[in-house]
Amino acid sequence: MPESAFLYQYVLHLADDVLILGHRNSEWTGHGPILEQDIAISNIALDLIGQARNFYQYAAQLSTEGGISATEDGLAYLRDGWDFRNCLLTEQANGDWAKTILRQFFFSAHQVDLYERLAKGSDATLAAIGAKAYKEAVYHLRWSSEWVIRLGDGTEESRTRMVRALNELWEFTGEMHAPVPYELWAAGSGIGPDLSLLRLQWEERVRNIFDEAGLAYPSAQWMQTGGKEGRHTEQLGYILAEMQFLQRAYPGCEW
Amino acid sequence: MRMVMEHQHDSAAVSVAEIRSLLKEVNDPEVPVLSILDLGIVRDIKVVGDTVEVVITPTYSGCPAMDMIRMDIAAVLGRHGYGNARITTVLSPAWTTEWMSQEGKDKLKAYGIAPPNPLQQVCHVRPFQREEAVQCPHCLSYHTSLISEFGSTACKALYRCEDCKEPFDYFKCH
Repeated sequence: MPESAFLYQYVLHLADDVLILGHRNSEWTGHGPILEQDIAISNIALDLIGQARNFYQYAAQLSTEGGISATEDGLAYLRDGWDFRNCLLTEQANGDWAKTILRQFFFSAHQVDLYERLAKGSDATLAAIGAKAYKEAVYHLRWSSEWVIRLGDGTEESRTRMVRALNELWEFTGEMHAPVPYELWAAGSGIGPDLSLLRLQWEERVRNIFDEAGLAYPSAQWMQTGGKEGRHTEQLGYILAEMQFLQRAYPGCEW
Repeated sequence: MRMVMEHQHDSAAVSVAEIRSLLKEVNDPEVPVLSILDLGIVRDIKVVGDTVEVVITPTYSGCPAMDMIRMDIAAVLGRHGYGNARITTVLSPAWTTEWMSQEGKDKLKAYGIAPPNPLQQVCHVRPFQREEAVQCPHCLSYHTSLISEFGSTACKALYRCEDCKEPFDYFKCH
């Protein structure tokens, strides 16, 4: 595969992760458990979708150079599920607040180290996007860490929900650090991180917060994979059905 | 020939200053007390011949005000005879509250929003670590507490003063 194709896939993967998680978080807007946290999760959604736009604009530029001429909007609104390269974790349904929080925490704990590495990487555009978004990811990680502790070490009810969320989400965490060919290429090219090193950092971050939250770090188990190569859970289809409806029904519609 | 070049240089120098002063009229639509210069998002102004380019950078990746700011810049420059101005966006180096002018910080405080603290106090990933001493913009007390890490826009957090009991926005350091 030519290098440009690897880069294009890698950028789409980075974009899809934050678009899909951002869209999931945005489903809370107007439905948050309290007003301040409704605003918080909506702001996080906004940051993530803003990050996605930066990646999609870069992907669109790469596609034009490669003769495909995709657009930012077209990449978000007109691709089918098998073209999306987001991790399975990001597409999982919101569930209750505990599950949403834990999903965000798992992702942010990955994103901070990933973006810090992108910011130091050899691709100038990805470095700029990564440096910009790193600071946002740090803030999201702190916010979600606090909620994991608050719920895990809170009431019997909040703890029960956090443990249930952990049981439901854990099998989707391994994929973030299981490299696919374009990630191996990115690491080899000095653009992206070595995911085996990132995994150790992620585990340490999660263990530290779980210790404070009184949650047991799960033992090793088989992990789901496939999202980064277009093999998704059924959850992604529901997101795309809602997110893409307007552009599918009214192509090119603007307001 | 040399004179012509000098003339061009001089007129360009004048124009950059003029463009900069015009940009004082463009305010952040979400924090309207701040001009985009106060906010520190104008990264460069280029004048080549009769072509004007204004380079801006977003505060946060998803700042929804960027399109509005671009339109406002074009409108203000257009009204003053720079109808062909180009507005371009750069991401690097990433915006930081360190770039906010002192004048901007004073305006924020007068408007009832606590200005960002210096960056050395900036947040890190450790949970429940709080920035020290966010000052209440109303009664100037430092006896304040965080209500929510996220406020009405991406760039603000919500605080409460424990002395005058008023809630207020804090323009968080970033």
